[in-house]
Amino acid sequence: MSTAPENQVDELATLREEIETLRQNLVDKNRQLQDLQAAQRATAAANNGANNGVPANFSTPHVNDLTKDEIERYSRQLILPGFGVTAQTKLRNSSFLIVGMGGLGCPSSQYLVAAGSGRIGLVDYDLVDRSNLHRQTLHTECTIGLPKVESAKSALLQINPNCEIITYKTLLNSGNALEIIKQYDVILDCTDNVVTRYMLNDACVLQHKPLVSGSALQFDGQLTVYHYGEICPCYRCLFPVPPPPQAVTNCGDGGVMGAITGVIGSMQALEAIKVATGVGETLAGRLLIFDGANGIFRNIKLRGRRSDCKVCSTNPMITQLIDYEFFCSMHASDDNQALQLLSPEERIDVRQYIDMRSEPHLLIDVRPPNEFEICRLPSSVNMPLKDVLDNKFVEEFQNELDDKKLPIILVCRRGNDSQIAAQHMCNKYPSHTIRDIVGGLYAWHYQIDNEFPIY
Amino acid sequence: MTNNDLNISLEFSAGAELLFGNIKKRQVTLKGEEKWTIRKLLKWMHANILTERPELFIQDESVRPGILVLINDTDWELLGELDYEIQPNDNILFISTLHGG
Repeated sequence: MSTAPENQVDELATLREEIETLRQNLVDKNRQLQDLQAAQRATAAANNGANNGVPANFSTPHVNDLTKDEIERYSRQLILPGFGVTAQTKLRNSSFLIVGMGGLGCPSSQYLVAAGSGRIGLVDYDLVDRSNLHRQTLHTECTIGLPKVESAKSALLQINPNCEIITYKTLLNSGNALEIIKQYDVILDCTDNVVTRYMLNDACVLQHKPLVSGSALQFDGQLTVYHYGEICPCYRCLFPVPPPPQAVTNCGDGGVMGAITGVIGSMQALEAIKVATGVGETLAGRLLIFDGANGIFRNIKLRGRRSDCKVCSTNPMITQLIDYEFFCSMHASDDNQALQLLSPEERIDVRQYIDMRSEPHLLIDVRPPNEFEICRLPSSVNMPLKDVLDNKFVEEFQNELDDKKLPIILVCRRGNDSQIAAQHMCNKYPSHTIRDIVGGLYAWHYQIDNEFPIY
Repeated sequence: MTNNDLNISLEFSAGAELLFGNIKKRQVTLKGEEKWTIRKLLKWMHANILTERPELFIQDESVRPGILVLINDTDWELLGELDYEIQPNDNILFISTLHGG
């Protein structure tokens, strides 16, 4: 018997409380351990001192306000010419907000925390999914299903317990962004969608915060720093108009190589450290382009601040956050939106397909060939959507099309592309029975066979 | 080949190459007596090498929002955008902006 939803809520709350108590307990025990170890060392030193004639309890004055633990932990940064005690202390006094705890947020937070940042805020509304683990390297098999911010926080505290970590399990939006952002010195855009990128840009300009922006897709990565210094452009200076929605590909559809997000995320941490400490020269005013497939980095000189920029010019039109989903005609997530191109009678569901499988039919899978190789339904034949739209099916399936009674069924990953294909084929062959499967292979997994892999 | 031929290289990155036969770099020769601007080049690209969904590359007479044009690794905005006069051996890179993470 499953637990009633209200009991689940209670149980979740209790578990969270217990975990918080345990965590506090761990911090206390660690402190006790350190105190005892320190006392033990002092006694040993005193004993040695007694033997060698050195006064007991000799205390060497500190020359800076780094603790002994900090000096040991950050020693390789402290001896780094051009970094040293000054920059390390600045870093400890700095705070960073990381928006998106995915492929970019994991490596960037990991390096910022390990390097000795004082305070880090983590923002993400999402839960850890198995398909995240190849690139979101703070999350593990054990944290699947947990909030990403919690999974990341516990991993980060194991790396460096000295960093204060604040979590926001929420979608950053026009209502909460300014309030959260104003508590941090440097903001990192590690998000996965156009809407949040515009919103974050405007929020950073309104709050006068530098924005370290990274992005990745497939084998490519891009990185720059926006709104930092007098002439540095903001995201809107570069892209005053959002791209058309059909030109935007997300990682869930286009794929991404894990190491690409690793490279860009690590470099975001580096840029954020440079902004916070003033060490080195940041990418403000330049765009770094990484073509990982060919191992090419390019450094592009960008335009300056636009005198007519709607948000960062001297006469801005945007003085408070707007409705960014409306502005971009897109949603603020990389989730797929279900397309509704066909009417219900032009479609079949997976159960109807099960029933008609024994009758002669043609099942065309319209996914790209590399996805067809991952998994497919028995007896399906592959013709990618692109080829369907180019009318390649006319020749390929000439014999089948000659028989007007033979039903043609189209399937894809989630039931969007199959609608586009069905509509195109119906227009060309109006007297044929051409249907697509609602929900595609996802529906097959959820309703017919949950051993069938989804990706 | 006449003296007026203009040899340049075109590059596509971060997905823009998918609209141009998936070729990331190509050398092209622009012919004719008149000077070549980026405006004229875009028309030439549309007519000669753009293989897929032109609306994902061209909008009005310029590139669509979200594509950056870089001339010899410099933002075209600093060089006159559509009116920039193409020079021999220029490298012109079209790059789509990425949003994933």
